[in-house]
Parts: sequence; structure tokens; C-alpha cells
Amino acid sequence: MTVANAPVLVSGVAQASAQHPITEPARPSRRALRGLAKYAGLAPFAVYVVIFLAIPTVLAIVTGFFTEDGSFTLSNIAGLFEPLVLTTFASSFWVSAITAIIGAVVGALVCYALLGTRAGGALRSFIDSASSVLAQFGGVMLAFAFIAAIGSQSLLVLWLKDSFGLDIYGEGVWLYQPAGLLVVYTYFQVPLMIITFLPALEGLKSQWAEANATLGGTRFTYWTKIAFPVLAPSFFGSLLLLFANAFSSYATAAALVSQGSPIVPLQIRAALVSETVLGRENMAGALALGMVVVMVIVMWGYSVLQGRTSRWQK
Amino acid sequence: MKPSNLTRWIILGIVGVVFAFPIFAMIEFTFRDGLSGGHTLDHWTGLFTEDAARTYRNLFTGIGNSLLLAVVTVGIVLIVLLPTMILVHLQFPRLKRVLEFICIIPITVPAIVLVVGLAPVYSVVVQVAGGSIWTLAFAYGITVLPYAYRAIQANLDAVDMITLSEAGRTLNANWGRILWHVLLPNLKRGVLAASFISVAVVLGEFTIASLLNRVNLQTALLQIGSSDPYVAIIFALLALLFAFVLLLSIGRIGQARRTGSDS
Repeated sequence: MTVANAPVLVSGVAQASAQHPITEPARPSRRALRGLAKYAGLAPFAVYVVIFLAIPTVLAIVTGFFTEDGSFTLSNIAGLFEPLVLTTFASSFWVSAITAIIGAVVGALVCYALLGTRAGGALRSFIDSASSVLAQFGGVMLAFAFIAAIGSQSLLVLWLKDSFGLDIYGEGVWLYQPAGLLVVYTYFQVPLMIITFLPALEGLKSQWAEANATLGGTRFTYWTKIAFPVLAPSFFGSLLLLFANAFSSYATAAALVSQGSPIVPLQIRAALVSETVLGRENMAGALALGMVVVMVIVMWGYSVLQGRTSRWQK
Repeated sequence: MKPSNLTRWIILGIVGVVFAFPIFAMIEFTFRDGLSGGHTLDHWTGLFTEDAARTYRNLFTGIGNSLLLAVVTVGIVLIVLLPTMILVHLQFPRLKRVLEFICIIPITVPAIVLVVGLAPVYSVVVQVAGGSIWTLAFAYGITVLPYAYRAIQANLDAVDMITLSEAGRTLNANWGRILWHVLLPNLKRGVLAASFISVAVVLGEFTIASLLNRVNLQTALLQIGSSDPYVAIIFALLALLFAFVLLLSIGRIGQARRTGSDS
């Protein structure tokens, strides 16, 4: 592509030669000006990020410390430790942890199954794209998918009931409760694991397998002594990313859960919409702060593990 | 240590069936004839009747809004993020880590947290720029930051931009010319991938729109889901399919590069 453009560039030489830095020595003032212009080039992005990322983030974290009329309070932060909120954080934690573990294990199995398939082949292209869609853009639509698939009127549920007398909703329709979130979240956790873990698994070098064989190792020793230690940081890193993904996910839960606010993001919604949770103003800010604390810890762990991973991927 | 063919197809087969099932259930659902147990084409054909535009007005507004937001968001990526990334890559290599850190923040500060702080910011934005829907794209530009950054950065790292731009300088081209005729053609794949993935993210976005009381595709889908679940699921399927095609074409673009550089 550069070659195709070369004639254009050459033709520009004649007209532009007056500005050439070699033919015309730059005066210091002009250089300073250019340096300034260079920095000015960073300004639009900086301004944009400050207004729409930095300010909202700071506002989200800080509002919890203030009352509606602007005076400082610790009452909202204290609210984080009320039993109701602690229970919400606990169920958010468990939903995220359980779906992350299931997602990581099943996802890693799929990655293993994909070893040896051609990276650009039809199978891989299909799985890559489908995984991205399900992992990152599903939201509300995944809730719909599961209402259609295992809702109380779905073919599967009716068929189980008619053919086997098995009523999976005998104890109540759990799909619209936290138990339902486990099922739907797992559905987007597995694809996320495939996207994040496959590159690491492909980083295993065939020489290591050969070295293992040369030294008299078995398939078993290869996996326990070589592959697992090499893959462990990446696997647990991906596990943390999955946890963070479920912990911060809102759309699916908002579309699915019909009653109450069993997880933190829904509690934030309740606080934003009604303005009074636990009879406190600005509780949304305190909840957001609580979430950010968890997310920062998890993502910090992720980046530490990621640093260890990249050592092997050279 | 590759799996045997049998192992591979057992794993992929089981996981594939489990994961395809909800999608097929959605398709089956769109042909349901109420609770009667029969099947009908009415829900699909109903979209083409004269009343459809009126009945599903809110949904079509949501689709229109989401498409507009996708376009403006891609504009933000191309006009604000892309030049900054090129500039940092060429002139401020030390800032690379800072830029990367900034672009990854939206993963750690998820939409549901950001929206708490966006609410007051948008009360100002509405005063300055008016309350029209496109302003929401400012928030979406942040949401897509990690995805767009990764797509463009992969391309920047794969091409020797510094040598290319120095070659341009030696040939006496000005910066605008170098950017337009040398750098951008080499970044086409990264830019396309970033744009496509941004479109997919914006079409799937629900959290911010819903909590700032704006109408987009996803909020409209949820709303219509309670009155006409069949149509909601039809459009959910179409949106998933559209995102799938977008991402599949990103894969194709990436592949063209690989085969291209081999030859």
C-alpha cells in the first residue's frame, strides 16, 4: 500500500521543499512552537477523557460521601455494612465466583478442543465471532434467549413435564431469581473464557512437548509439569476477568430479575431510581464505591497474573 | 499436545449443542402461535403490515437512535482516539503506557458505576448541547475505548509506523499528507476492526441508556418485550445476527492481512 502511494509523495517534494527541515534550519522559537503544537494534539483526547471518564468516575465514587445538600457524611458508607447491602454484595460475589469457575473450566476445555485447528479456518472464525457476540454484546438479548429456552412456557420445560413428569419449576420459577442468573451468566462467561484463554493455550510451544518426550515424559507429565505451570497464571488471570465481567454485568439481570435487587448493580439501579435505599440519599454513590473497590482489587490481580503470562508468550 | 479428533468433537459437540439451544429456542419462539402450541408465520409477516410502523414506533425509534449513536461513536473513535494513538505512538512513546491505562479503565469502572457519575455530567451536557439522543455517544465513546484501543494498537504494533513516517518526512511530505497517504492506509484494518466492534458494542448497550432514560435499541426491546415478546425476540435475533456478521468480517479482514504478508 505504501508503494502504491509513493508517486504521490514524490510529486509532493517540489512544492513542499521550502519547508524541509534540512534546507531550512529551524529557529529555536519555531521548534518550541512545534513542540507546543505537538502537545496541543493530545488536548482533544485529554479533554474528552476528563469530561466523560474522569469526572463521572470521581463523581460516582465521591457522591457517596455527601448528602443531597452537599454536606459531608459517612452515613452512606456506613450503609454499605447494613445486613441488606452486605447480603447483596455476598450474592453478587457468589454469582460471579460460581459462573466464573464454571465458565473458566468449560471455556478452557473448549480451548483445548480447538488446539490444532487452523487459526483462520472456518471453524475458528465462527467460534471467535460467536464467542465475541455472546460474551460482549448479549445483555438484554441473552435474557430473552433464556426466557424462550427455559422459561415456564418453553418447549424444553413443557416436554420435560409431559414426558418425564419432571417439573423444573416445581419449587417456583427460579429463572427470574438469582439462581436464573447463574444459568444465563454462565452462557456469556464460557465464550469470554474462550476469547481470553485461547491465545495463551496456543502459546504452548511444540518444542516443549518434544523435550518432554525426549526426556522420557508421558502425556501426563507434560500436562502436570509443563503445560499447567506455564498456563496457570493465564488461567487464573482469565478467571479473575470472568469474575469482574459477571460482577459488573447489569443488562441481563435488569431484563431478567423481576423482584427486588438481589445483586449490587440492581441495587444501584434501585438507589438511582428511587433515590432512597435504606432511607439514605446518595446511596448509589456508596454502592458504586463498593463496586469499584472490588473491581480494582480483581483487576489488579488480573494485571499481575497477566504480567506473568506474557513472560512465556515471547 | 493436540486432542484426538474424537475428544475434540465430543467437547465441541456437547458445548455447541448446549450453546446453540437458546438461540434455536428464540427462533422457535418467533413462530409460536400464542399458547396454543401451534406454529405460525404471523409474527414475522406482522412486521410488514401497514400498522407495523405505528405499532412498533417506539422500537423503530430505538433502532434509529442506536444506529445514529453507532455512527457518532465511530466518529469519536476516528476523530478523537485514532489521531491521539498515532501521535503518542510516533511522538510520545513514553506516554504509551499512560494511554493504555486510560483506555483500559472502562473495564475496571463498569457502565453501572460510570452511570452514577454520568447523570450529573449529562445534566450539564443537556444544557450545553441540548437533549437530543446523539449526545449519548459521548458516553459510548468511553464504553468502546478498551475494544477500539486494542484493535488499533494491534495494528500500530504490527506496522513500523516510525520508519514509514520518517520516510515520508525524508520525501518532504507534510504531516497531513503522511497521515492521509502513508499512515492511514497501513492502519486500515485496525481502524475497520475498531469501527465494527464499536458498532457492535453500541448496538448492544443497555445500561447507560436505560439509567439515563434514553431510548435505544436495547431499552426499546425490553419495553416491547412485555407487550409483544415475539417481536422483541425477532429483533433480538436480528441484532445478534448483525453483530455476529460484523465480528465475522473483522476476522476476515485480519485474515486477509495474514495471507497478504505471506505472499
